[in-house]
Amino acid sequence: MRHDHLITSKQLSRADIETVLDRAAEIDADPEAVAGKYAGTLLGLLFFEPSTRTKMSFETAMKRLGGDVVDMGSIESSSVKKGETLADTVRVIEGYADALVLRHPRQGAPKMASEYVDVPLVNAGDGAGHHPSQTLLDLYTIRENAGLDDLTIGIMGDLKYGRTVHSLAYALTNFDAQQHFISPESLQLPREVVYDLHQEGATVREHDDLDDVLPTLDVLYVTRIQRERFPDEDEYQKVAGQYQIDLETLEAASDDLTVMHPLPRVDEIAPDVDETDHASYFEQAHNGVPVRMALLDLLLGDSA
Amino acid sequence: MSDSNANDHKLRVSKIRDGTVIDHIRGGQAINVLAILGIDGSRGEEVSVGMNVPSDRLARKDIVKVEGRELSQDEVDVLSLIAPDATINIVRDYDVEAKHRVERPDVVEGVLECPNADCITATDEPVTSRFEVLEDGVRCDYCGTIVRENIAELIRE
Ligand SMILES: [Zn+2]
Repeated sequence: MRHDHLITSKQLSRADIETVLDRAAEIDADPEAVAGKYAGTLLGLLFFEPSTRTKMSFETAMKRLGGDVVDMGSIESSSVKKGETLADTVRVIEGYADALVLRHPRQGAPKMASEYVDVPLVNAGDGAGHHPSQTLLDLYTIRENAGLDDLTIGIMGDLKYGRTVHSLAYALTNFDAQQHFISPESLQLPREVVYDLHQEGATVREHDDLDDVLPTLDVLYVTRIQRERFPDEDEYQKVAGQYQIDLETLEAASDDLTVMHPLPRVDEIAPDVDETDHASYFEQAHNGVPVRMALLDLLLGDSA
Repeated sequence: MSDSNANDHKLRVSKIRDGTVIDHIRGGQAINVLAILGIDGSRGEEVSVGMNVPSDRLARKDIVKVEGRELSQDEVDVLSLIAPDATINIVRDYDVEAKHRVERPDVVEGVLECPNADCITATDEPVTSRFEVLEDGVRCDYCGTIVRENIAELIRE
């Protein structure tokens, strides 16, 4: 990859994506080959928002490459609470680490931070913005299960605030993928994302009912609809049930349908789906490690 | 001048000696042009404004004349966002010394404020706002928010 930082999936070409996924497949097949490759290398973890999974996934990836992590700890106990700017924080941690991973509640924070550092910086989620490393592991999982071309994918749930959705939708414009977006009207894709997808030549099809498209799908990517997005409990209850799937829902689906979820889930996918061949969400979570190992290998290898 | 009734305009809005005449502003946008230039009359500048003057090129146009002030390129750039058809005439000693159409820049920096409260530029971080200029609006380079209407309201105080 010719990028120093990974800020959004918009910056990734098809070739970039394939480079990461191919490398991840190599690592997945033979993790021993890279086991000590980055001994002495430190990855700085800057999580300004709790995210145990993403953080542990990066941590595991770095350690499996033979490196280690430095962690700024919880926000409550750090100097951030005392009003230090993000720009200062990243410049300080850059002095310790060979690469940085940043999760921040504000949109555009990783982009700004990347302007202050020379080491590679990976966006691990910025508010309702982007989450490109999640997208790479999503694409890896899709490629393994359904292939990335001639793909029909439904993306369902909270599409408005779902950064994993935005990132995935952008990345899929590199492939021959038909994207269907299924959500309550109030949680549709942000108009700027729709604008971008149109700019990339993608056809955006929006639905409020999964039944309209379920039988045609190769992949159904489910995200959580959060209570706090709704003014009151009744409004939430009215909507939430329509976007939950269980064995009965899946009767209308193709036998080959792959069901994905960025996790953690609450009740949007019933446990009875877990035991079926449709369920790929735990595999998807597992793929986070080899994909992030590949990503770090490519970013650190290039910058060395 | 392309306007057939250009002479009438001159009668309506007096000639200036040194300064800038901004012509062919879209009707009703003169107030926003003044806002962009930070002109509210408090500094004693001599300003003439013609609003909804008949025009050949635009059905109705506004015109602003500012005595004793030449616009910077930054100012012209931002002006282009709300007055894309404007012509800028720099006047020195009653003569038009230079006349140009505004050109839309690709990017405007440090001039507009992002309306997204969750944007990193809406904090105390040391970051300069940057907007990409689209065909029909502007877009924050940091959070991606697109603004198509009322761009003048984003101008920093
Ligand atoms: Zn913004």
